[in-house]
Amino acid sequence: MLKQIEGSAAVAEAVALCRPEVICAYPISPQTHIVEALGRMVTDGRLAPCEFINVESEFAAMSVAIGASAAGARAYTATASQGLLFMAEAVYNAAGLGLPIVMTVANRAIGAPINIWNDHTDALSQRDCGWIQLFAEDNQEALDLHLQAFRLAEELSLPVMVCMDGFILTHAYERVDLPTQQQVDAYLPPYLPRQVLDPAEPISIGAMVGPEAFMEVRYLAHAKQRQALDLIPSWAEEFRRIFGRDSGGLTHAYRVDDAEIVVVALGSVLGTIKDTVDEMRTGGTRIGVLGIGCFRPWPTAAVREALQTAKRVVVLEKSLAVGLGGIVSNNVAASYAGSPDRVHTVIAGLGGRAITRQSLHRLLGQAVEGGLEPLTFLDLDHALVERVIARERGQRRSGPIAEGILRDLGVVAARAG
Amino acid sequence: MSYQPIRFYQTGTFTVGNRLLPDEQRSVQANMRRTNSLNSGHRACQGCGEALGARYTIDAAMEATQRQLVAANATGCLEVFSTPYPETSWQIPWIHSLFGNAAAVGTGIAAALRVKGRHDVRVIAQGGDGGTTDIGFGCLSGMFERNDDVLYICYDNEGYMNTGVQRSSATPPAARTNTTMPLGQSAGNRFGQGKYLPAIAMAHDIPYVATATVAELHDLEAKVRRAMEFRGARYIHVFVPCPLGWGHDSAATIRIARLAKETGLFPVFEAEGGRVTHVSRIKRKLPVEEYLRPQQRYAHLFRDPPRRDVIERIQQLADRNILRYRLTDGVERRA
Repeated sequence: MLKQIEGSAAVAEAVALCRPEVICAYPISPQTHIVEALGRMVTDGRLAPCEFINVESEFAAMSVAIGASAAGARAYTATASQGLLFMAEAVYNAAGLGLPIVMTVANRAIGAPINIWNDHTDALSQRDCGWIQLFAEDNQEALDLHLQAFRLAEELSLPVMVCMDGFILTHAYERVDLPTQQQVDAYLPPYLPRQVLDPAEPISIGAMVGPEAFMEVRYLAHAKQRQALDLIPSWAEEFRRIFGRDSGGLTHAYRVDDAEIVVVALGSVLGTIKDTVDEMRTGGTRIGVLGIGCFRPWPTAAVREALQTAKRVVVLEKSLAVGLGGIVSNNVAASYAGSPDRVHTVIAGLGGRAITRQSLHRLLGQAVEGGLEPLTFLDLDHALVERVIARERGQRRSGPIAEGILRDLGVVAARAG
Repeated sequence: MSYQPIRFYQTGTFTVGNRLLPDEQRSVQANMRRTNSLNSGHRACQGCGEALGARYTIDAAMEATQRQLVAANATGCLEVFSTPYPETSWQIPWIHSLFGNAAAVGTGIAAALRVKGRHDVRVIAQGGDGGTTDIGFGCLSGMFERNDDVLYICYDNEGYMNTGVQRSSATPPAARTNTTMPLGQSAGNRFGQGKYLPAIAMAHDIPYVATATVAELHDLEAKVRRAMEFRGARYIHVFVPCPLGWGHDSAATIRIARLAKETGLFPVFEAEGGRVTHVSRIKRKLPVEEYLRPQQRYAHLFRDPPRRDVIERIQQLADRNILRYRLTDGVERRA
């Protein structure tokens, strides 16, 4: 059924169709609308049987999900930004215990300075936590990925994080095709846990494991994640048959067949990049786009194949490995058959800075001409940065950086561009 | 809880002979059909109060729930000494997740059981004082506030013993730990305001709160059984001496626990809905010195010259407890 609804509402509908049994809710922007909607569904009985628990922190949210999942219930929660960091210990624990929890991360910057807008720093900070991480390009995909996430999680006994851009997707009203309960039930079998806390068959979960077995446990976590690289493409046909559309997948290659330059990115910015690429193609530039749908496990082979013809790779990422440069670009470089110095890192859109077609044209134009630096901060206001550096040089007590920049800017409201 | 007047006591200890009690009041541990939920072979120290407390607690809970019990455990001594695989001592479905989240994991298990209609299966969450009063405090308070159907057991040995005896917010004033060393003029742990979890639990108005010690195991069993008669959040705070951390003889665990109660330093009581309903009175009030002396963690108070000032302040804490919980009132108070 086609509906024009908010991204968060679409996700809530998708989650509800997956018949979650325990939902833990703790508010943090921009995820909050999702759990609000689910809470309403539980209260009015539309989603039943389901326990909706208002917890006291994100750490508790993930911990309640851990308990619920270990006791055999399908468990779901959602978070973002600081919330993901606050629950980090439990995020690793859920993966280590092999509990198939599904969590939406409405991607948002990490403070300080506090910033509620979108980038990917939160999810990418957890890239090694053992969760499968899927990134949605638009709201239809965000909806569909949740259906796939529960199935994938339960098949592999691994938790799955569905990442969608905060505000850009969560708060955008778009047309989505909502599946029926019948379709979802045909796609997602009931949860049959591999391990369950059951008085009829008592087991211990979470025991101390020493050097004699720890490596093997970690290796198996890795091997299981790599299995997802086979499962995700092999389930695509079934998804298409039931829901009548393609959605999800490891990567999305767009006009890469003969591309000499390929732009790699995650999430909603892919739309803007594709528009820019279309325009550049009209001008005769052989350029394409590779969207990463599955960030963990990293689709090594799919990326390598999509970059086969590329003479240059531009990785545009909404995250920053402080002191190094790119996070995604490191992964890309490891999968690129060409020379790693042909992989350019572009840090863009941090804290919600808009990534415009105009900026992309300028940037990719440089790439075409061979003038793109190995590491670029898109639309960085160099003059502003210089002022801070000069101030710090001039006086010891130069004050807090963020507040100094805002004073220099002389604006009180956040600007988008 | 219906008690019948008990007339026969073991000489000197006030412990009633189990054989003299009616069947339903006899100790679970004395029953051949006890579940040995925390089985032998674990790696707790000799004389470990926590192992003793946990064994009685879980077996009593198993009996009270007709063996339909699931436990969530915080990181700590209890978790470590009971589980190095493949030698788990737990004969019940048991999960350890993290140090600070046992109460929340308990909430999750209870939610799963509720949604699946398994109202017969009950949930215990348990941890030491560090996992309860410090790092797990937020999750515990959340579980209380929501009145989730979990019985939380705190085994209080007054410090971080698993990491090698450091101070927790349950460490008493003047106690020596590796982070409160009595050096120079310092008399060990500072006199703070205290963080008395049983009272904090009561302030949440949860259905049932109790304290107990491993000196009165029969009382502990009765309180676990009573706790299982309620639905919602329940809390039992068990005083468990630690021979390693407190520096007392392994054989003295029970005696030390009894002294904590008989001096008034550890009040033993029950509360329902935030109101004290029963107090175990002090049978023969003893000065705190009797409790402090056998423990190396207080040895610095008894050097030459002894720290009379500090001992006096500890006595004042005991006297305050006695007044506050009416520990020496003539008759046992019952609701």
